[in-house]
Order: sequence, then structure tokens, then C-alpha cells
Amino acid sequence: MTGIDDLRTDAAASRPLGALYAGNARSVMLRGWQATRSTNWLVVVSGFFEPIFYLLSMGLGLGALVGTITTESGQEVPYAAFIAPALLAVAAMNGAIYDSTWNVFFKMQFAKLYEGMLSTSLGPLDVALGEISLALLRGALYATGFMVVMQVLGLNLSWWALLALPAVLLIAFGFASVGMAVTSFMKTFQQMDWINFLLLPMFLFSATFYPLSVYPQPIQYVIQVLPLWHGIELVRGLTTGQVDVGMLWHVLYYLVMILLGLVFTTRRLRALFLD
Amino acid sequence: MPEPVIVAQNLVKKYKDFAAVDGISFEVAPGESFGLLGPNGAGKSTTMRMVGAVSTRTGGDLRILGMDPDRYGPEIRSRLGVVPQTDNLDTELRVRENLLVYGRYFGLPRAQVARRADELLAFAQLEDKAKARVDALSGGMKRRLTIARALINEPSILLLDEPTTGLDPQARHILWDRLFRLKEQGTTLLLTTHYMDEAEQLCDRLVVVDKGVIMAEGAPAQLIRTYSSREVLEVRFGSDLNADVAAQLAGMGDRLEVLPDRILIYSENGESELVRIIDAGLKPITSLVRRSSLEDVFLRLTGRTLIE
Repeated sequence: MTGIDDLRTDAAASRPLGALYAGNARSVMLRGWQATRSTNWLVVVSGFFEPIFYLLSMGLGLGALVGTITTESGQEVPYAAFIAPALLAVAAMNGAIYDSTWNVFFKMQFAKLYEGMLSTSLGPLDVALGEISLALLRGALYATGFMVVMQVLGLNLSWWALLALPAVLLIAFGFASVGMAVTSFMKTFQQMDWINFLLLPMFLFSATFYPLSVYPQPIQYVIQVLPLWHGIELVRGLTTGQVDVGMLWHVLYYLVMILLGLVFTTRRLRALFLD
Repeated sequence: MPEPVIVAQNLVKKYKDFAAVDGISFEVAPGESFGLLGPNGAGKSTTMRMVGAVSTRTGGDLRILGMDPDRYGPEIRSRLGVVPQTDNLDTELRVRENLLVYGRYFGLPRAQVARRADELLAFAQLEDKAKARVDALSGGMKRRLTIARALINEPSILLLDEPTTGLDPQARHILWDRLFRLKEQGTTLLLTTHYMDEAEQLCDRLVVVDKGVIMAEGAPAQLIRTYSSREVLEVRFGSDLNADVAAQLAGMGDRLEVLPDRILIYSENGESELVRIIDAGLKPITSLVRRSSLEDVFLRLTGRTLIE
């Protein structure tokens, strides 16, 4: 048994992230897929229809009254084509948030799932990446379905709309990453309710159903700090074909969210389960 | 003696100012079955978590399979099997899926895990439950599944934290039988327990732990020989009288322990002590002569009973 430390030194040195990452996030995703297939596929399916109901009721119903609406860049678009990209971004957000908050909270506090995972050779970053990727996949699934509905209803006004799909993935990744980080600090159901309390106004007021210019200037600033507005503007620009370089700021916003979320989640999981 | 698989020297774990583990040293040889016996809060689970490389030590030295868990956590964990105190089975997966998915966490190939899962279902006597939901299993079955899961990576050491706590007597015996088989196959076992009968059945050697420190170390029989007499006479005089009577019993046996509900008289011959008590004109409500157990060792060392 002597000298085993020397033999193993290579193994530890070849892991740039040390004990945090075993390069096996795949197995965590596999577990999620298996669990979905085994028990809760119905929940997943129901999440798909929610934004489509919104689109049909508000876009087509309310849209008949509103007619067209002028976007930030001065273009006139049908009301349904105005809110559809916003609902697409919201769908991505909701899919990602559901998986990364309530699901994660349950697994952490009650099912002790992560405790079990981290007593294997998995590291906290494997768990974080696996869970977030799963949330991302779900967001992508919802988004693709929604895009098809948009196409059928003629709400994609440009070929740029194809890029809305990766954009939606970016949004889902951002929310999943931050969602899991925030959840890892939560201890009670009451605290979890705060997340919903914050999400609902963000959904309603982030220039989802009308242009930002409706608000007085100070409120516009507040909205522009929130993540959903960046997501909606990004997707809306793409599906309506009004693309400009400034949209890269929205992309950057999400990249920062992803990075911060991953760092905090990994550190927190490490503190919780590998102290 | 072969190189030990676990070496703990002066192991310390502090949470702020509180030392949950306060300088514990022990060694476990390959194939040995080693126990940590002590009441709740003695520091057993904290020690287990450090050995399991999921908790970093505050002080002292620790080597698992020759490696330092601070540096080789993933390597060590890949060669351990862990049975935690409360079951953390994946309730969103079926019984067999639990084994398959867990095996994949170790990065093992699918085919190998599938073959191993079937062997382990047979070992855990759960073959006909392969497709059942975890929630539908009894407590004993869940524990067996947890043990099967811990064996999926063919671990060098199996860590068992309170393996039979909360199980009914029949389920405990089935579990002990399974663990005994593992022991016969040469698996190294490290287990914590606050049941002395469990420690006596399963442990080759054990340490008695209280308040984060080791009180005694040895084989169960040896500990009993060292710290207790061969037999114990238990007499009851009724809750109110026990203390008064104890004064009159002074000098009987090797040693007396007065508990709230009974008096223990340690002696090489319990029957003759009982005769002396009755000759002295005292009338116990009940009396019982039994062999000394680890419970008595613990009482002797700490002045307290194991299960309070």
C-alpha cells in the first residue's frame, strides 16, 4: 500500500477542478431522464401547454382588439407577433426555473438525493451541471414546440427567428443556473415562495405584453436591470427580424448569469455536502 | 499484520467551538469488521462522514486505503460503499433503476452495472421487487436495497451508519445475516451502532465512543472481561425504594450501579449475590441474572446507559 499517494498524484493533478468535478455530469442527467420516464412525465407535458394557452388567449383574443403595436425600433407588428417571442422567453424561463428551484429544493431537503450522489465519486460540479443541463433540455423542448406553433400561426416574421432557439437555450441556462444557486440557500417552503413572488411581477412587467416605452423613465431602468427583459428583447429582435449589435449586451447579461450561478451552486453544494 | 485500510490519528472535527470529534485514533485492517459504539451525539456519524471523504477534518491525520481524503476524495469515494443513517434512496426511480443509476454515478459501464444489479438484487432478496416503487418497500427492504446500492461499485470498505436502527427484530436479523455473509466474503466493514447486541454480533473489534473521545478499545468479549464482571444481577425494588435499598446493598458484588428503575450488581456469580440479598431480609420485586454485555461496559466507562 506504500507509495499509493505517488501513484495517484497524477490522477489528482490531471483534474483541473480538483475534487469538484469528475467529468460525469452525464450520469446525473441520465438519472433525471430515467426519473421523468418513470414517474413524472405528466408534469413535464403540462408545462408545454401553458405558454400556448397564453398565446392563444392574449395573442389571438386580445390581439383582435389591439391590432398592431409599434416596437422599440419603430416597426409595426401584429400584437400576437409582439407577445409571442416574449412568451417564448417566458416558457424557457419557467421550464428552467421549475426544474432548478422546486425540483432541486425537494431533492436537497427531502429526498437527500444530492447527499447520495456526493457519496459516490461525483463532485458538486457534476451534480450542478447535470441538473442544470436537464433543466436546459426541458426549456429547449418547450421552446421548440412553441416555435413550431409560432411558425404555424405565421408569427415568425424573419429567418432570424431560427436563432431564437439558441437564444432561448441561453435564457434557460441563465435562469437554471441562478435558480439552482438561489435554491441551494433556501431552507423552508416560505423562502421558496419568495421566488414565485418575484417571478410573477417580472413576467407581467418585463415588456411582455406592451413596449417598455409605456413606463416613465425611472421604471424603465428598473425593468432593464431584470433578466427577463433582456431575454424578451433578445428573442423579440430575432423573431421580428429587427437585429442590431446592441443585442449582444443581452447575450453578455446571460453569460454572466450562467457563470455566477454555476460558481455559487458548486460552492454551496460543496459547503453543504462536502464540508 | 497487513497494512491497515483505515488509519485515523488524533482525528478532530470542530463546528465553531464545539468539538464533535475530539482526538480519535484507530486502525482498521483489511477484512476486519470494526465498530464505533456509543450513544447518540457521541461523534460516530461525524467520524463516518470524515472516513467517507464527505467531511473534511479540522485536525489530526486520516488515511483511507493509503490516501488522504482532503486530496483524493473522489478516488477514495469510488472505492467505498456508504449506507447512511437515514435511507436516501431515489424515490423517483424503481428498485432496480436505483442500482443502475447509482452505478453510473461511479462512471461504471452500463453492461457491468446491469449484471451487478441483478446479483445484488438476489443478495438483498429483492428479486421479485425489481420493478417496485421504493416507497412501496418495507423499512427492512429499503435498508437491504440501500446496502445493495452501496455494493454496486464492489467497494473495498463498506461504511454502515446505524444499519438496523428503526427496524423490527425480524428485519434486523435478516439484515445481520446479510452483513455476516459480506464479512465472511472478506468485505471490510466499518459500522456505528448504539445497540450492544449488534456490536457483539458483527464486530471483530470496536471502540467505545462518548462525547467525541474513545473510552475503550478491543474485541467485544475482551472489553466485557476487562470492564465488567462475568455476570450481572438485576434487582428491582420499585422506583421509590431503589435508592434507599442501595445503601443496604453496599459491599455486595464487585460493584453496584443504581439506575432509576433497577439496581445492577456485578459479580462472578449472580445467583449467590441474590441469596445474600434475600438472607439480608430484602425482598426485590423482580430479579434477573444475566451475562455481562457491552451495555455494562459502557455504563462502567461513562456512568450512563447507551439508550437514554
